[in-house]
Amino acid sequence: MTSSAAHASARTASVPAPAMTDANRRALEGAFWPIVSLLAAMVVFGLFVALTGRDPLEMYALIYEGAFSDAFAWQNTLQRAAPLILCALAVALPAQAGLTIIGGEGALVLGGLAASVVPLAVAGPPLLVQALMAGCAMLAGGFWIGLSGWLRHYRGVNETIASLLLSYIAIALLNHLVEGALRDPASLNKPSTRPVGDANMLGNLPGIDVHPGLAFGIILCLVLHVVVRHTGLGFATRIAGGNVRAARLAGLPVGMLILWTCVAGGACAGLAGMVEVAAVLGSANATLAAGYGYAGILVSFIARHNPLAVIPVAILIGGIGAAGSLLQRRMELPDAAMLVLQGVAFMIILGMETMTGRLKFFQPRGA
Amino acid sequence: MATHSNSRRGVIRALGTGGVLAALAPRFAFAQAKPIVIGVIYVGPKDDFGYNQAQAEAAAQIKKLPGVKVVEQEKVPETADVQKTMLAMIRQDKAAMLFPTSFGYFDPHILKLAADHPTVRFAHCGGLWSEGKHPKNVASYFGYIDECQYLNGIVAGHASKTKKIGFVAAKPIPQVLRNINAFALGAKSVDPAITTRVIFTGDWSMPVKEAEATNGLIDQGVDVVTCHVDGPKVVVETAEKRGAFTCGYHASQARLAPKGYLTGAEWNWLTPYTQFVKAAQEGKPLTNFLRGGLKEGFVKMSPYGAAAPEKGRKAADAAKAQMMKGGYVIFKAGMKDNKGNVVVAKDSPQTELELEKMNYLIEGVIGAIPG
Amino acid sequence: MDSSGLGWWGVLLAVVGGAIRVSTPFLFVSLGECITEKSGRINLGLEGILIMGAMSGYGISYLSGSPWLGVLVAGCAGLALGALHGALCGLARVNDIATGIALMIFGTGLAFFLGKPFVQPKAPNLPSIPFGWWSDSPQVAAALQVNVLFILGLALAFGLHWGFSNTSWGLALRTVGDSSDAARALGYPVNRVRLMATAAGGFLAGIGGSFLSLYYPGSWNESLSSGQGLMAVALVIFARWQPLRCFYASLLFGAAGALGPALQSVGITSGYYLFNAAPYVLTLAIMIATCSPHRSLAGAPGELGVTQ
Repeated sequence: MTSSAAHASARTASVPAPAMTDANRRALEGAFWPIVSLLAAMVVFGLFVALTGRDPLEMYALIYEGAFSDAFAWQNTLQRAAPLILCALAVALPAQAGLTIIGGEGALVLGGLAASVVPLAVAGPPLLVQALMAGCAMLAGGFWIGLSGWLRHYRGVNETIASLLLSYIAIALLNHLVEGALRDPASLNKPSTRPVGDANMLGNLPGIDVHPGLAFGIILCLVLHVVVRHTGLGFATRIAGGNVRAARLAGLPVGMLILWTCVAGGACAGLAGMVEVAAVLGSANATLAAGYGYAGILVSFIARHNPLAVIPVAILIGGIGAAGSLLQRRMELPDAAMLVLQGVAFMIILGMETMTGRLKFFQPRGA
Repeated sequence: MATHSNSRRGVIRALGTGGVLAALAPRFAFAQAKPIVIGVIYVGPKDDFGYNQAQAEAAAQIKKLPGVKVVEQEKVPETADVQKTMLAMIRQDKAAMLFPTSFGYFDPHILKLAADHPTVRFAHCGGLWSEGKHPKNVASYFGYIDECQYLNGIVAGHASKTKKIGFVAAKPIPQVLRNINAFALGAKSVDPAITTRVIFTGDWSMPVKEAEATNGLIDQGVDVVTCHVDGPKVVVETAEKRGAFTCGYHASQARLAPKGYLTGAEWNWLTPYTQFVKAAQEGKPLTNFLRGGLKEGFVKMSPYGAAAPEKGRKAADAAKAQMMKGGYVIFKAGMKDNKGNVVVAKDSPQTELELEKMNYLIEGVIGAIPG
Repeated sequence: MDSSGLGWWGVLLAVVGGAIRVSTPFLFVSLGECITEKSGRINLGLEGILIMGAMSGYGISYLSGSPWLGVLVAGCAGLALGALHGALCGLARVNDIATGIALMIFGTGLAFFLGKPFVQPKAPNLPSIPFGWWSDSPQVAAALQVNVLFILGLALAFGLHWGFSNTSWGLALRTVGDSSDAARALGYPVNRVRLMATAAGGFLAGIGGSFLSLYYPGSWNESLSSGQGLMAVALVIFARWQPLRCFYASLLFGAAGALGPALQSVGITSGYYLFNAAPYVLTLAIMIATCSPHRSLAGAPGELGVTQ
């Protein structure tokens, strides 16, 4: 959203206002209301903070300092955003086909588990092992969300509930295996699988202290944006998502269209699991179920399931996380206050969608 | 509301740490003008009336020392988040010493950060620091709380009429197994026929499952229940409702069970915290491996509840007196696990490292470790 | 097994007792969601409302000494949050699913923030009725301790079952849920009906939360709810929007949840994570067995879903 806003305002700066196209107006509006919402949320949260006897102005300064003020703050924010981008795609893609999937957590967990098993079975150059880890993780995640899509289309089972239930089942499977058959005896008080080995770890992106999950996420968002918006497959998928009956009449293979979005979305979440194992944890354990999958649901909905908009929204949530860390330490606000901020911000952003098209400035003029 | 919560948290805090501080305060008087910044990180809410609160109590006392500034962050998951949090404390708060208090923070998170920041001290709760393998600026501290569990077992053994005791545990990991085994051994020292039944709930805080487990145990004829979960409140209250005896954990739950509370095993983290902070202030080297039990003041017992039988108190006090002399052995040569294998090869004093890798349930415990 | 324990009978008893003890929050939240969804709207935020209800109920019971006042306040807190969801979703273009998730975060955060002082103290709990008075076995007596809220929930399920088809508000609710155009044509105030349905759903979810903190397990802490609010939303669809089926589904869910600890208490110790997942596997299995791709779910409100 913010990137398209920058783009749009750059254009308006160089071109006289009346020449602004309708597309630009839409893009500008897409960024305008969320920014207004954020400002409103800041005011509401400032009041909340003032009620607890703290200084809201200091809080605003700390939020900026913690999330966006310098290179460290940005790395902190981006690191927290990285897994959310991938998990949001597990919601955004099936949404193109009209499905509401909320089981990204399960796909992430199984992806991480699958990735952690690969180095136990295969020895070889790190790049090969890593590629296999990523492949297995994406297969596992894709299968798990794909299962929800399959149940929906071929068995008529509500995919929202099926994916949530499958997610709980996946976490139980992870715990069962990590504390049982796959447990490394040396992992002592944190039951984990055997380490994937230092050689197979992904390390950081060059130059910054952020793992490659960020790059994977951004690349996948760009690729999937092109697929969804600019290919026949994406067009057919969106038709199926808009009106199943019309899609059937047009002879579209609705089942396959649903399946590809679920499998691809699940693969993204599975990849997030592989990155957790191969870039952070070094093995699979219960920590994989850290809630990234659930946070991804919200990211996708706020981004209106638009793969490009997922990136700035995830960065926003990552920023709230980074800022929350500093607020806790400097102002002794409990972690719960950050949940309040998120809740207020998201409700205002979502509620503000009703303003879309209400301001004359943004209305199409046929240009 | 926030100030409210501070005063309530003080309920436990007031229970006996004040004296230690009063004795220490003068020695800190010479501390430099620039305060040393200490960062404390918790995996759950720091007022959970359990594991995290026990650590937070100590941090709150350290905060009062002259020349010390404490920054805290709660509910930090054991993911990349904790690395960023530690890094933020070092960069943004200029922390010179960190207390990341959850076991899962150790490997890989602390090990990675410590290697990059050799001048920052990391004191980790529960880890197994070993020479040559782990960085010199990392320390691990823990308390031999199984000593208290053994004493709990003695009192429980005297209180039980059905000779069946129940243990609600989170996960089958060494720290938990050692507590279960010490508890069962204490009970068996009263009567070898006493059995200890274990139910694993699967996670550190699952109130409904914990209540169900307690009810299930009592339905099977258990009349004393204890636990090792993050917040023992639910187990203690459920057992009280059913008329069973309880032993507490982490902190005293005596107020929650006036009829059935026997005694309990409590942490006293202020002891290791004070040692670490003092050494950091005076520039003394870091003690990389710090352990202690009742004698060293790392752990303590709840005062006996009204339900604790006289014979049990006497027996527990006698064993405690032995422990306070030092060198007490709970795990003795030739002890078997509940499958009949000899698992303790030689008499193992508390400092024996093998005990921290425990992977068995001792004879007399009904239950199994999966895998 | 000796006389003091019940062995396998104990497992059965634990499952029956567990069904009664554990099912009540599911029952209230699912009945609440049933009302909301009948009006054509889905509220995923009931998890946050449940937690807010648990906290406020416990806090008020502690401060006032009256657990029933706690239940009432929990219901009112739920009512307020439900009305907030209803009002937001009444605006054009606002998505109910996403708003629900945001509400879940907001309710949880607010409850955790305000609930800090109540983690440690002991608040007066709700009383129960000893239906096991006839038995001299303490285990049977304990399993049949039934809380009044459970009975109220059962009565409510029957009441809603009757009310949905036999009252004017039931008709209004169903008409609005099935087709907002038809409802408008008939002169029903669509938005107001939905607002009231969502607020009523919130009220019941708040009461469901107060059961957790005031009866079983009977204390407040931040991990009190293990997703009961979210699962209850699933139960409604599982129950095909029928209040009586919500009751059966809640019982089934409670019983399945009690199975894991009960089996461990008689020595079946392997695979407890899998046993703990039994409620989810069971729900999924029944859904797969009963759904069909060739017809939409019987009883599904026509306005419900992502097509809004």
